[in-house]
Amino acid sequence: MTVLIKGARVLGGEPADLLLADGRVAEVGQRLDAAGATVVDAGGLVALPGLVDLHTHLREPGREDAETVETGSRAAALGGFTAVHAMANTDPVADTAGVVEQVWRLGRKAGLVDVVPVGAVTVGLRGERLAELGAMADSAARVRVFSDDGHCVADPALMRRALEYVKAFDGVVAQHAEEPRLTAGAQMNEGDRSARLGLAGWPAAAEEAVIARDVLLAQHVGARLHVCHVSTAGSVEILRWAKSRGVQVTAEVTPHHLLLTEACAESYDPVFKVNPPLRTDEDVLALRQGLADGTIDAVATDHAPHAVEDKESEWASARPGMLGLEQALAVVVQALVEPGLLDWAGVADRMSVRPAAIGRLSGLGDRAHGRPLAAGEPANLLLLDPAARSVVDPAALASRSRNSPYAGRELPGRVVATFLRGEATVLDGKAVR
Amino acid sequence: MASSTEPAPGQAAPAALLAPADVARVVDRMAHQLIEKAGDALADLVLVGIPTRGAPLARRLAARVEAFSGARVDTGTVDITLYRDDLRLRGVRALEDTVLPPAGIDGRLVVLVDDVLFSGRSVRAALDALRDLGRPRAVQLAVLVDRGHRELPIRADYVGKNVPTSRAQTVRVHLTETDGTDEVLVTEGAA
Amino acid sequence: MKRHLLESADLDRADATLVLDTAAQIDQALAGREVKKLPTLRGRTVVNLFYEDSTRTRISFELAAKRLSADVINFSAKGSSVSKGESLKDTALTLEAMGSDAIVVRHSASGAPHRLAHWVQGSVVNAGDGTHEHPTQALLDAYTIRRRLGRLDGVRVVVVGDVLHSRVARSNVWLLTTLGAEVTLVAPPTLLPVGVGSWPVTVSYDLDAVLPKADVVMMLRVQLERMTASFFPSAREYSRRYGLDAVRMAALGDDAIVMHPGPMNRGMEIAADVADSVRSTIVEQVGNGVSVRMAVLYLLLGGNA
Repeated sequence: MTVLIKGARVLGGEPADLLLADGRVAEVGQRLDAAGATVVDAGGLVALPGLVDLHTHLREPGREDAETVETGSRAAALGGFTAVHAMANTDPVADTAGVVEQVWRLGRKAGLVDVVPVGAVTVGLRGERLAELGAMADSAARVRVFSDDGHCVADPALMRRALEYVKAFDGVVAQHAEEPRLTAGAQMNEGDRSARLGLAGWPAAAEEAVIARDVLLAQHVGARLHVCHVSTAGSVEILRWAKSRGVQVTAEVTPHHLLLTEACAESYDPVFKVNPPLRTDEDVLALRQGLADGTIDAVATDHAPHAVEDKESEWASARPGMLGLEQALAVVVQALVEPGLLDWAGVADRMSVRPAAIGRLSGLGDRAHGRPLAAGEPANLLLLDPAARSVVDPAALASRSRNSPYAGRELPGRVVATFLRGEATVLDGKAVR
Repeated sequence: MASSTEPAPGQAAPAALLAPADVARVVDRMAHQLIEKAGDALADLVLVGIPTRGAPLARRLAARVEAFSGARVDTGTVDITLYRDDLRLRGVRALEDTVLPPAGIDGRLVVLVDDVLFSGRSVRAALDALRDLGRPRAVQLAVLVDRGHRELPIRADYVGKNVPTSRAQTVRVHLTETDGTDEVLVTEGAA
Repeated sequence: MKRHLLESADLDRADATLVLDTAAQIDQALAGREVKKLPTLRGRTVVNLFYEDSTRTRISFELAAKRLSADVINFSAKGSSVSKGESLKDTALTLEAMGSDAIVVRHSASGAPHRLAHWVQGSVVNAGDGTHEHPTQALLDAYTIRRRLGRLDGVRVVVVGDVLHSRVARSNVWLLTTLGAEVTLVAPPTLLPVGVGSWPVTVSYDLDAVLPKADVVMMLRVQLERMTASFFPSAREYSRRYGLDAVRMAALGDDAIVMHPGPMNRGMEIAADVADSVRSTIVEQVGNGVSVRMAVLYLLLGGNA
């Protein structure tokens, strides 16, 4: 399939034409022409490299009522993603080569994005002993990111061993930073609001203490550490300090932590229950600043679909987590682009280039992600209408679940088209299949 | 019930049906009628006002009965809000006092006192309330103004003044204790 | 008044005063009479939906509703469809389909009444939710203080104990300050929430320092399981530092009163001779609870069809 995109503003620059052929960007230039090519009019649209999510819960196997690899892949494509890392907390847990290969195969079958399995760090996410990390790394799924996400690798000795062990295959441990003894029963950010609402507090220190510990461990053993869903201003400070000391640490922030605050909990609507919890205005500002200055490397969705019955309940018994794939880019536009904290090149860097690098997807040749939009590179890209605004309607989402915290909210930007290796997965804002 | 709102702009000033002196005269006449009709039962008489304006009216009547007869007369009030059948239509309101004399009402002659008798629903609610408060020998009704348009088989035993009205009219009783002046007004248009 | 009573903040000063005044009028109307029943809520149905065992609160609401002639259904979560996994939402919709006009809910999860109010058409009354609020308890406490002391404005109330986990403390803080009282919280720092600094109260760790100036001392129940979670070292140490015994009671002013929402741990937060003293309003609080809950049900349900 040959596609000719006319007049797209690559990274927000001057309008140019892009010719996609044989899965690659064949040419970028002015007034291109190609006989027989499908022409896409991209006047006024911004072209960005296909987004890469380091943190997606696809729920399959185990909770196919909440999401499947296929429905999650479709949601991802509609959000402008061309690759997603599928978290390991499935049922069964992705802690063996068999499970990660199953997820990887389901991703291939759906064919809407590259589904990159994340392997569990410990057997059954139980935090007791290491899973067969090497077997997962060597499998067809080629796992490089390992995480017990949902649970913290709380045992410091075990964390140290994990960090050391994955060096053998250039892996990275993505830590869900939460000291469990400080968050027993925790329901929301601990502070004025939790005191008033009578919801048990999740102190910022429970995240920051683990990040501080882990950056010291990573430094000590010379390993790569990735910190999942950073949520506090204090965490940003610790990361800034660690990076200044040369620690090989990277970090991600979710769209919801960039936009929403603990004030949402006042409704007691569990759609706003998430782990780590929504924090304060000050935290949101620090996270935006941290992402803008590069202290935080990436935006990762922590897309967490939940069945209706797991969310339509009292707060304490609801499961934590919220949808993110389809609105991630819109939130980043609202929280960072519109206020002038990040330009389009910055968006491409934090949502494509750096997450791909962290997941070791940049050097995969034909199947690489996070590459520049230049001739010869894999044709993974999205076209965004930055002027469009729309109100989020959960019923219209492609995800099988409806737990969007942005329901009823007007957000900027619309993904008009997404291309995975030159094939459209989204056209006119609709998934091609 | 009567209320004490100012006339709306553009409305004609309401005609005073009873002036302060008229109110005093009417109350005096009702007191005489009470003494005459009660006869030997005067010692058992309890005047129970229906708030808001029935309460001070009952006290005034009692004072006049005492002045004319020398007999001491007990008074009380019974708030009917919790007994009304129109709560759902008219919404909740603040409650008023329910106070009975120390000797209670059992076996006594209770005269309910209200300012205006209209549909009769307030009186019915007061009768229901009385039933829960005790068992009087007999219950009678005294009103300052009877304006007609009964919706229940209820009539007053003592009437200060009968006032033929249309349903569209509003009768307002003002008393010094609650409104700063004594008068009865009739205005056009529903309250 | 709002349609629901979910938390003390639902009541502004005028509303709260209206509830207390209404309770006083109901008390007066019912005083000394043989038939302690009013026809006000005839034909209305009140459901007591209790997910936690609380016999005293349930009985108090039940009596309040019955004295207003409402039909009362007691729905205890134990042994019902709830224990078979039915969700709060389905239970609420079922009860409403059967014609309930108000749901009085007790739940272990903070905010459960808020969710309920979101799903049903009728009124929702919070009868205690998790560690959040218990607004009718605060109303009956305020009512008791006003009856005993004649006022609330400027009254100095000292609340002592496990503020962190206490819905009674939270409701009282908001209601009593709304009504003009000055509230001081006394507790070991471990039993005060982080964020208490934003509350309109004074905080102290020293009970003896605040007692002489108190008009009201409200002792909170302290659950012994807090000890195992290291909120304090031992029952003995807690009692010594934060318990109200006869010696401490002697430091109170002449008219000061002692309150407790019950059930008490005698010998722990309150000594038996204090609980039984003339200063104690503990039994009175129970009686006042019925009047205050009648007032709440009347004001929420009386008007709207």
